[in-house]
Amino acid sequence: MKSNPVALLGLTVLAGFLAVAPARPQDAPARTEAAPANCEVPAYLLTTESTLPKVEHAVKSGLPLDILVVGSRSSTISTLEASAYPGRLQAVLKQMLPKVAVNVSVELQIKKTAEEVATGLVKLVEVKKPTLVIWQTGTYDAMRSIDPEDFRGAVGEGVVALKEAGADVVLMNLQYSPRTETMITAPPYLDSMRVVAQQYDTPLFDRFAIMHHWNDSGDFDLFSPTRGLDLARRVHDCIGRALAKFVIEAARVDPAQQN
Amino acid sequence: MTSIADRVAGPPLADEADARAAAVPVALPVITLPAGAERELRLDLFRGLALWLIFIDHLPNNILTWFTFRNYGFSDATEIFIFISGYTAAFVYGRAMLEAGFVIATARILRRVWQIYVAHVFLFTIFLAEISYVAARFDNPLYAEEMGIMDFLKQPDVTIIQALLLRFRPANMDVLPLYIVLMLFLPLIIWLMKWRADVTLALSVVLYALTWQFDLYLSAYPNGFWAFNPFAWQLLFVFGAWCALGGARRMSRILSSPVTMWICVAYLFFAFCVTLTWHLPQLKFLMPKLIEQWMYPITKTDMDVLRFAHFLALAAVTVRLLPKDWPGLKSPWLRPVILCGQHSLEIFCLGVFLAFAGHFVLAEIAGGGVAMHLVVSVAGILIMSGMAWIISWYKHSADKSATRKKGTVGNADMAGGGS
Repeated sequence: MKSNPVALLGLTVLAGFLAVAPARPQDAPARTEAAPANCEVPAYLLTTESTLPKVEHAVKSGLPLDILVVGSRSSTISTLEASAYPGRLQAVLKQMLPKVAVNVSVELQIKKTAEEVATGLVKLVEVKKPTLVIWQTGTYDAMRSIDPEDFRGAVGEGVVALKEAGADVVLMNLQYSPRTETMITAPPYLDSMRVVAQQYDTPLFDRFAIMHHWNDSGDFDLFSPTRGLDLARRVHDCIGRALAKFVIEAARVDPAQQN
Repeated sequence: MTSIADRVAGPPLADEADARAAAVPVALPVITLPAGAERELRLDLFRGLALWLIFIDHLPNNILTWFTFRNYGFSDATEIFIFISGYTAAFVYGRAMLEAGFVIATARILRRVWQIYVAHVFLFTIFLAEISYVAARFDNPLYAEEMGIMDFLKQPDVTIIQALLLRFRPANMDVLPLYIVLMLFLPLIIWLMKWRADVTLALSVVLYALTWQFDLYLSAYPNGFWAFNPFAWQLLFVFGAWCALGGARRMSRILSSPVTMWICVAYLFFAFCVTLTWHLPQLKFLMPKLIEQWMYPITKTDMDVLRFAHFLALAAVTVRLLPKDWPGLKSPWLRPVILCGQHSLEIFCLGVFLAFAGHFVLAEIAGGGVAMHLVVSVAGILIMSGMAWIISWYKHSADKSATRKKGTVGNADMAGGGS
């Protein structure tokens, strides 16, 4: 908790907020490629009771590990696809599991509700035969205020279909987006995904809580109005790292033994 | 314009002690309206508190958030607010219906509905200004997808018309439309209650059950549904009205029984334990999976039975622990909360506005620092209290001559409900 000199002005400012010119520095000059940001994630956000037996089997028997990320636009950074979290996940996993052939591919389902995505999931899996599907969803449903019950049903059906098609599943929820908090009601969708994860014993990567933690601890300023790509790149890098740890943890694999 | 303050006097929230104390001059077969001269401060206190908590809940999380009910049980300030609104509205307009008849009472209720509607449109205008500003300035590629929510700005014609039809309601602006719909049906509710209060309550329960059975809802624009389903939330409003029109007194024996009290305390404790597992995921393993599957999700949209029960338990324990004549109600320390509760529509609107403003300040100036969050919350509460004090000053000093001419009946019609 750092106290802010601007805080003293808070009272005055609140009353006449419309008249006050933004006092925050405009977009800071984009930093050059920095060392990995400090983005620790509390251990409880990276542990799960659910397991990934197929991933565990692949890693332990040295089979290739094919991961398919099915996600919306928040699974990529436009003009910088390689720096988005799926790419980072692949790089970090390769580092952690040098003996395993890790391959991460991405299937973007832009402007589609969970229900629309769920119907096409089986086809995707049949074509690509991934060991693990990471399904990032919820944002578009929240933006369109889809009935949370329907959303929950659709995610549940999707998870079942994926498992029947022979893949392990990790669910990933919404981004924490403080600027749009007054406009997008995230909690019902976060809750629904938690319920589905519980119901079908599927690991849930709590992207929302993790980003919220980073913002609260000051690792990232997610309120930033920056137009630059630097913040997005650093956040995705950290998500990729956290996700790699999460997958390894859920698969109950000890990277030390793999070396 | 006269102040929209409520003039609520009479029986408190479900308390048997007052049943004896309250005078009952207007004795009708079903409805009886005790005409106590003293204002029921507990209603004001808890409505004021609900307004503060709703404001805090609308801001990003901060230390004060830990003082709000929703972290310790299933129900939150919205339940308190809707219940007390039903109670006071039925009390004020129920009396108007007895004294002046159905048509006059309905006319007064409709005027009240109009005021709430205007307040809602006013808030929407402010919201639109905030969003337009953010849309014009904020372009972080990390949130390219989330910014799609601003797309409605590309069609201002449709958006504004849908907002006027109460179908487009951005987040945090759901309570007033719910309140408008509930108030629209208030004449019918009171009229039915005059006939058979218990049957009315039973009908309300049936509607609630049908809502769950057949998934009734009101659709919203551009898609989705009302975040507070009026078909479900009416139960709380009607229950409030039922309590105001004599139900509270008839329940007094049940409420004073120690068995009820222990059931309530046990249930509140259970809810507390469950909510604890939400906040401390480390404890989640303690929750039996079977209970989880049976219980979740606890929906706010359709006012889950668990939420309703939690509110009932909370109310029962509260009226028991806090007697009507508790001297603290007169203490200057509680004065700000009570004043806020007495001018609830104005203070509610101010709270929604301040929540927008608070988000704006945090985002534009403070960068969301933890200390700043606290400052914004406290400042908002001070502003709400200050405004309540000014409104009350207007009512008692500035408008004094006007109200004197108008007489008491003219005053009562502005009362009631206060959102």
